[in-house]
Amino acid sequence: MKEYELVSGLETHVELSTKTKIFCSCTTQFGSEPNTHCCPICIGLPGTMPKLNRQAVRYAIKAGLATHCTINPIAKMDRKNYVYPDLPKAYQISQYDKPLCSNGYIELKNGRKIRILRIHIEEDAGKLVHERGDTFVDYNRGGVPLIEIVTEPDIRSIDEAIEYVEKLQLIMKYIGVSDVKMQEGSLRCDVNISVREKGSESFGTRTEIKNMNSFAFMQKAMEYEFERQVDLIENGEQVIQETRRFNTDTGETAPMRGKEDAHDYRYFREPDLVTIETSKEEIEEIRASLPELPEQKRQRYIETFGLSEVDADILIKYRKVAEFFDEAAKAVGNPKTVSNFIISQVFRTLPTDAEKEAFDVRITPQSLIELIGLLESKKINMNVAKSTLDKMLQTGKTPDQLIDKNDMGGVDANTLTAICQKVIETQSGAVQDYKNGKEAAFKALIGGVMKETRGKADPMQATEILKSLIG
Amino acid sequence: MTGQIKTLHEMLVQKQISCTELTHTYLAAIEKDNGKLNAYVKVTPDTALATAKTVDEKIAKGEPIGLLEGIPMTLKDNISTKDIETTCCSKILSGYVPIYDATVWTLLKEQNAVLLGKTNMDEFAMGSSCETSCFGGAANPHNTDHVAGGSSGGVASAVAGNLAVYGLGSDTGGSIRQPAAFCGCVGLKPTYGAVSRYGLIAYASSLDQIGPITTSVEDAAILFDAIAKKDDMDSTSSGAKEPVADRLSAGLEGVKIGVAKEYFDGIKPEIQTALEGAIKVYESLGAQIIPFSLPILKYALPVYYILACAEASSNLGRYDGIRYGYRTDSYNGIHDMICKTRSEGFGAEVKRRILLGTYVLSSGYYDAYYKKAQNLRGNIVSAFQNAFADCDVILAPTVPVTAFEKGFSAKDAVETYLTDICTVPVNIAGLPGISLPCGFDGQGLPIGMQLIGNTFGEAKVLNTAFAYEAAAKDVFKKAQTGVRF
Repeated sequence: MKEYELVSGLETHVELSTKTKIFCSCTTQFGSEPNTHCCPICIGLPGTMPKLNRQAVRYAIKAGLATHCTINPIAKMDRKNYVYPDLPKAYQISQYDKPLCSNGYIELKNGRKIRILRIHIEEDAGKLVHERGDTFVDYNRGGVPLIEIVTEPDIRSIDEAIEYVEKLQLIMKYIGVSDVKMQEGSLRCDVNISVREKGSESFGTRTEIKNMNSFAFMQKAMEYEFERQVDLIENGEQVIQETRRFNTDTGETAPMRGKEDAHDYRYFREPDLVTIETSKEEIEEIRASLPELPEQKRQRYIETFGLSEVDADILIKYRKVAEFFDEAAKAVGNPKTVSNFIISQVFRTLPTDAEKEAFDVRITPQSLIELIGLLESKKINMNVAKSTLDKMLQTGKTPDQLIDKNDMGGVDANTLTAICQKVIETQSGAVQDYKNGKEAAFKALIGGVMKETRGKADPMQATEILKSLIG
Repeated sequence: MTGQIKTLHEMLVQKQISCTELTHTYLAAIEKDNGKLNAYVKVTPDTALATAKTVDEKIAKGEPIGLLEGIPMTLKDNISTKDIETTCCSKILSGYVPIYDATVWTLLKEQNAVLLGKTNMDEFAMGSSCETSCFGGAANPHNTDHVAGGSSGGVASAVAGNLAVYGLGSDTGGSIRQPAAFCGCVGLKPTYGAVSRYGLIAYASSLDQIGPITTSVEDAAILFDAIAKKDDMDSTSSGAKEPVADRLSAGLEGVKIGVAKEYFDGIKPEIQTALEGAIKVYESLGAQIIPFSLPILKYALPVYYILACAEASSNLGRYDGIRYGYRTDSYNGIHDMICKTRSEGFGAEVKRRILLGTYVLSSGYYDAYYKKAQNLRGNIVSAFQNAFADCDVILAPTVPVTAFEKGFSAKDAVETYLTDICTVPVNIAGLPGISLPCGFDGQGLPIGMQLIGNTFGEAKVLNTAFAYEAAAKDVFKKAQTGVRF
């Protein structure tokens, strides 16, 4: 069998987290009673006109700048005409040939750049609700601002596709324009897929799989579709250009609609809205408001702080964690200590992704700085620091409140030798066991020293002394 | 010449008549004559009398009242009125009661305008005779065997037949000016963007504009001042450059009036004669007549019908029977419901324009029709800009014919489309245009003269019209007293 390569491009819809809808002043809140966030404009009553929410434009520009796009100073809105009950005007106000942003990219870990063709703004549609054998329409979501981010067909593997979406998701979170929750639909992906023989330069016929709402489904759908297309080609059949739906029960993709009712959206300029003009000044102002982006942060953590790539990736994955880390890292001698504390100890109290994301912890960067300060000035040792951190996480108290004065400071060599001697005398059984080759017995001796010194002893030093005393 | 609004305002202030009495007079006239004219499709006596009472109380208390306060008026049935059924004279909107007011109506309501009712129109403003209305056409008060024109035929019929002091209509390709011309009224189509379209049920959004139909230039100016306000709800609105009514002046010294010969191609001889008479009047008033040529006008009609139908096909997509208005009785699934609702709910002319519009926007035809029309639109705009470098206003006929006999439009749609030739260029270029009576044909039917201004040049247009009105009082008088029904 020949070797095949996957070629994919993604169209990602991201719901913008503006307070109000894109063309009216209704709230964008998710999860309310059906049809309670509606007004004459967003249900498209006759005679109403859209009024563009400038915040949506600014968010889209922010997204464009964060993905290296060119911002077009002149853009316009167009009508995309199609009939569906969840679309109350029978057209969606979108952007056709003059999008807000174009020609950007997102760089993957392997160094490949996935080019972004365009980012445009548009309104979301309502939602059909099937209940009690009837179909109802909920227009709450109608008019919520979306951006659609369209890539070139630059993706060459499923892993790349997933990494691209994860990176995109993270960027959107960092710049605060969307909560990008796939399961709530605030990030939705349409995947275009074709296959070709490895080494070929030309593109095969593509299919589009609509509405991927989880990474797991996306992975499965792409795997299935890749295999399906390869099988077709191997059997000498043709791939048909069509839109397909992924059936989450069967794990298969199936055509959504036939070619005969392919949509002709009859795009034309929305006459109810004026040209969207954005001045250089405004673009620069938005650019200046961009926070440090995940990729830049990762770079800095590795290069300036000397973190490992793995640790850097973990920290930047959660915006609040990274912010906490940055706050603490700038006031300590070794930022790695902060990173270690967060990843090994703090994260133990936050087992799920959602908890890490929320990062609702009882310590503050200041209290962690204080703790690490004590450690770095050798007023406490690592053991005390760790146990104190656990207590801080449980109680919300500061190191100052938790560490006894007696815990402060190390144990001088003479005192430590005396204590070791005492432990050897009281635990002769363990000493005997150790001498007989039971390595584990040594731990009991160290434990004894630690107990005597209330954890202040340096375990390395104690080991040395014990070993020399036992001989 | 003092118009009706100021005259009635003085009578109210002087307590020669109460607003309630005035309103009753009009309601009685509607009761008596609307059967013949079919100008109103809905009469709203309760709200009219309630407003009248409010105004009377203010007058009784000695409070000052505004010029439009207490004046009985009407709105075309495509202007949204909260709690009052608004149908665009289409079966598909039967029973639709808006939950909000159009901005123009908010502005007038705030001034206690007395709304007598909603007036007849061609279905969704598509037509030139008012006869595509699902309620049947409105008659011309000068001769009820003839149409009032369209699409704002009901407003013109009501104003000419003295069933309202004034009315607001909408003009997409001549729908204010043409019926005003047919009925001997003054009809002003403001600059695109001068008046908010919010709440005007759209036909062709890039061409639609609301304006008044009145019996005098002064009344038109008063209304223009009242409604030409920048509106936050309509991004394309910009308001008027300056108020006009207080500064109306008949002085025409040095005013340059352009006359493009293409506007006169194929017009009825009686209309040619009437317009030549008007030109002479202007010359005698000291205006300078500048003949010129506007060859691009020959593209105006196809450009208009392509663009208007394209936009209409999109604007009318929302009438699906799901949320409001008419829904078919029996159906099998959602697709069938939408198809049947639209098939039964829209009239033939509306269907024709939806089909045309869908066609010209379709992939494969877009470049040949829609795109070409858009390009030509740009050329038409430039041609007018060039013309206004040499003149202040352009004088033209409003319609190449006088009011059609009833039934004419239904017989020949294309012939009817062709009569829009003189009015559509103004909409394509977004210019202000006014129609005012300038004579009568052999049957006593009014002839309209059109004055066109540069964008936001309403002051010049209205002043030029005002000067003619002052010099041709007899024409205006006859336009009002020639009503024979």
